[in-house]
Amino acid sequence: MTTRPVGDDALLLEVGSGAEAQALHAELLRRRAEGSLAVREIVPAARTVLLDGLDDPARRAAELSAAEIPPSPARARAAIELPVRYDGPDLSEVAAHWRVSEHEVARIHSGTEFTVAFCGFAPGFGYLTGLPAQYDMPRRATPRTAVPAGAVALAGPYTGVYPRSSPGGWQLIGTTEAVLWDHARVPAALLAPGTRVRFVPVGPAGPVGGL
Amino acid sequence: MTDRALVVVRAGALTTVQDRGRPGYAHLGVPRSGALDAPAAALVNRLVGNSPEAAVLETTLDGCAVRPRSTVVVAVGGAPCPVAVGGRPAAWGAPVVVAAGELLEVGTALSGVRSYVAVSGGVAVEPVLGSRATDLLSGLGPAPLADGTVLPLGTPAGPHARVDVAPQPSPPAELVLRVTLGPRADWFTPAAVRAFTSRAYRVSSASNRIGLRTEGPALERARPGELPSEGMVLGAVQVPPDGRPVVFLADHPTTGGYPVIAVVRAADLPAAAQTVPGIPVRFVAVRRR
Repeated sequence: MTTRPVGDDALLLEVGSGAEAQALHAELLRRRAEGSLAVREIVPAARTVLLDGLDDPARRAAELSAAEIPPSPARARAAIELPVRYDGPDLSEVAAHWRVSEHEVARIHSGTEFTVAFCGFAPGFGYLTGLPAQYDMPRRATPRTAVPAGAVALAGPYTGVYPRSSPGGWQLIGTTEAVLWDHARVPAALLAPGTRVRFVPVGPAGPVGGL
Repeated sequence: MTDRALVVVRAGALTTVQDRGRPGYAHLGVPRSGALDAPAAALVNRLVGNSPEAAVLETTLDGCAVRPRSTVVVAVGGAPCPVAVGGRPAAWGAPVVVAAGELLEVGTALSGVRSYVAVSGGVAVEPVLGSRATDLLSGLGPAPLADGTVLPLGTPAGPHARVDVAPQPSPPAELVLRVTLGPRADWFTPAAVRAFTSRAYRVSSASNRIGLRTEGPALERARPGELPSEGMVLGAVQVPPDGRPVVFLADHPTTGGYPVIAVVRAADLPAAAQTVPGIPVRFVAVRRR
């Protein structure tokens, strides 16, 4: 693990892979919960975790560089299930890129268990990992000016769900009715970092067996 | 019955409700937001007897005009500007009584960018994640003020301050930002790092609550490619592909993929919020505390 100081009171911890970043994030949350780490923000990302609002970043850096980070603990909570219609406008493009049928895209995607690696872009927008590397998708050459709320989308190694309508360059494969973000709800974000997620195919009239 | 509310008569170019923001939710993609010139917001709150977390109005360059439905004490601070109550000149930087139905006019900034208007009781819109701040990046909090907007006011907490005029720093003629290098200074050539900390930049007119954009020497990268998204802090100096440094302010995104060459000292950010386009900017490297 590399530690990089950020300003006077933050520290960027850098590791070699997304899986290591998720394990490090889980360990830092555990330390904060047990009271051994006082910090304002713990912000996981693709290969890093940012600790912002530390009293003594230099001491923390020394302590964390020497620390053994256990692999992500087995999670007690079941995966969140998001109902999805695989009806996105980019489904055929994704199928062509993956060299499978559209039906197969839905089968592969809904057969994968995802983990929210981190959030960003908008409140409640999670970057979900889980698809094998062979299914990485380039972004659209031209972003859309408006992607509807609930759009299920792919970009690079990630799956994401747009919490609200916004511009976006991800490839749209489906739609969910789930409310990803509601600031009046506790928790406001359905997909906080570390959450496991499954997409469950539904048709217009409810769940469809075998698609 | 007293109707504690403020009617917006002239919203101005961009007037938002601000408080100390909503830190602690960056991991969910929620920017901290809050008043850009936090010491000015704290001062006007103190002048009217509000607690430091009360919500105030933040104007942009051309002020605003509001009419309280009940008698209130107000204070205007931050960017110096003319203040009028009921058409008569009133003090800037001091507590002023505005009677029910009278018009409070906050004029165009004489220098600086953002004036702050505290009203006794504070602006009492419904908080979102513990804050009433308008976040222009994510759209959380109340919408920017529009003509005719009615803002509820809270109950006054205590007596207003007994001062004539409170001293406030003048907006700078040159913005000097102390920075600590990193976390990604190694993404730039040594010549670019030297240029960053020695050459003159200017504040760009594309600056907003998300970032202070600059014009000046483009900073050359030492390596190609993309940085995987990583967490961003307040004051981070991000360098997008055009090579011109952007200083992240309160509504900054929580993660980003452009390298951060340095981070501005927190104490220097209020001045950054008050610099108009064209003002010279210098980044001065200092040792980490």
